[in-house]
Amino acid sequence: MSPPLVEVSGISRSYAMRSGMFGRSTAVHAVDGVSLAIAKGETLGLVGESGSGKSTTGRIVLGLEPPDRGEVRFDGKPMATPGTAAWRAQRARMQMIFQDPLGALDRRLPVATQIREPLDIHGLGSSAEREDRVRELLRAVELTPAHGARYPGALSGGQRQRIVLARALATKPDFLVCDEPVSALDVSIQAQVVNLLCDLQVQLSLTLLFISHDLRVVRQISNVVAVMYLGRIVEIGSADDLFARPEHPYTQALVSASPAPGRRSAGRIVLAGDPPNPAARPQGCAFHPRCPRAIARCASEVPVLSAVGGDRQVACHLVTGPRVERRDAA
Amino acid sequence: MSPLVSIQGLSVAFNGVPVLRGVDIALGKGEALGLVGESGSGKSVTWLAALGLLPRHARVSGSVRLDGRELLGAPATELDRVRGGRVAMIFQDPASALNPVLTIRKQLCEALALHRDLQGEAVKAEAKRLLDLVGIPDAARRLSAYPHEFSGGQVQRIMIAMALAGNPDVLIADEPTTALDATIQAQILELLSTIRREMSMAMVLISHDLGVVAENCDRVAVMYAGRIVEQAPSNQLFADPVHPYAQGLIGALPPLDGPRRRLTAIPGTVPDPAHMPGGCAFAPRCALAEEACGLGAPSLAPIANDRTVACIRAEASRRALLGIAAE
Repeated sequence: MSPPLVEVSGISRSYAMRSGMFGRSTAVHAVDGVSLAIAKGETLGLVGESGSGKSTTGRIVLGLEPPDRGEVRFDGKPMATPGTAAWRAQRARMQMIFQDPLGALDRRLPVATQIREPLDIHGLGSSAEREDRVRELLRAVELTPAHGARYPGALSGGQRQRIVLARALATKPDFLVCDEPVSALDVSIQAQVVNLLCDLQVQLSLTLLFISHDLRVVRQISNVVAVMYLGRIVEIGSADDLFARPEHPYTQALVSASPAPGRRSAGRIVLAGDPPNPAARPQGCAFHPRCPRAIARCASEVPVLSAVGGDRQVACHLVTGPRVERRDAA
Repeated sequence: MSPLVSIQGLSVAFNGVPVLRGVDIALGKGEALGLVGESGSGKSVTWLAALGLLPRHARVSGSVRLDGRELLGAPATELDRVRGGRVAMIFQDPASALNPVLTIRKQLCEALALHRDLQGEAVKAEAKRLLDLVGIPDAARRLSAYPHEFSGGQVQRIMIAMALAGNPDVLIADEPTTALDATIQAQILELLSTIRREMSMAMVLISHDLGVVAENCDRVAVMYAGRIVEQAPSNQLFADPVHPYAQGLIGALPPLDGPRRRLTAIPGTVPDPAHMPGGCAFAPRCALAEEACGLGAPSLAPIANDRTVACIRAEASRRALLGIAAE
């Protein structure tokens, strides 16, 4: 396996939140000791429910937000200080796509101008070369120059997301962070964009961090998947294997909660309770109040992510050692 | 058995632009019907029009009958008894459906006072019973809380409680779990199916999520560009879709297990309602389309027991289906 392009070690990030106007401020641990490595040309999928810290992780990896603790290394080097020339050069190699393409585009500019902007900012190529590059990018995302002359309002949701993708690819980045890129799209359009993303990844040997709550889409596009719960990674492993044989009780519930045509809801694990508030993180394993298999130890001791055989790592007191010792009868 | 709700030839136009172009739906007592389709296909408009909830400039025609009584053009007093009483509706965004400055008790009691002959203590007792029913812990105390004090999943539970206040015969659930996290979605769907069984209530589940509909409904209708294109028992539809659009929707869904395959994306986009193609609205995106598809819009025709499809190219698969059924 090639060395990782992106290496995240033990990053944490907390925010101060005040309850009420005169309330005491409490620390909300959005991300707490997350470590990841993404190999060149591979996709790491990050799944979890709202408030699990997956978007914050993405922002820290991109350097949009500094971590309180821990470090992000890109291509073997630590992230440069924001604002410096080295940082600028590094940032041209990493780009991002978000959920809402309309919010990411300027409604008053033709989309071709917006695709060209990163080239102008980073001073890449002559004016004619930039024009050529814009046409090439539009073709790459399966649109025509005629689409480029339009304004965002005159494009459909799927076309807008293609424009955002084209703009992100303008500087020929090595690494792309996609935060819920297809969640706002209809199923048939979603499939178009997912296929396009898969194709482009192979053509341009892109490395992706793919953040989504949709297990199906994540599995489709990822090599490795990490599951987050309240700021921590609770399970990580290769995509097919993780969804076929989830080990952590939370992953099991998540996979079981994903509705499938042709299967009635019999045998589904329905978790009790709401996802807990990140500001009031339970003691011990954060998942224990909702866990159907919790034991006394779970309430007091925080489980650490440890290898359980293969490339799987699980943070759960009940899942230990090689996979032969699995306790569930599924 | 005559259906509980029978919609025939329902059409809606906004400012002369047709968005619903002749929808027929029959809903039996206690039945769970799923309505799937992409945004703009008319899933929500169908029921808003049926209940007279569309703005005045919408032109609605056709027929909507509840227990044989016509609802379209019915006097407001009659509609008021139907809406919230016999037919209740819950929406995607529960937080905006509740009044943020009134307590839950006040809002639940308002619904109860409107639809039931209850007074004083009986109202409060009933409000508490409803909250218990939808699984809000410590219901008696939580009644005096405000909407912001509940989580998203709990607010949707409260909306369900309010919808149940009038003891409805039909619950229209419009994307009830779209805004919720996966584990909470599972909770709400389980709650809905339990309540439906216990109260023998009919339910229409509107969703863009094929999985949600497949698991929770007896029968599914697939909508495209203001029309129903296929209707079938849910297990049959998902095992063996006939309409090319239904096939496309199911092929576009990434599998959660088994080998990964390239998704079969439907090319192009949904047509603009103001510039609807002549003939079958799906023809421009359809791989099977032939010249005849552009000539006239196909109507829903039966292809098997309890299955209808609106596609002239379905003939071949229709014969195959009937052949298998005859053996």
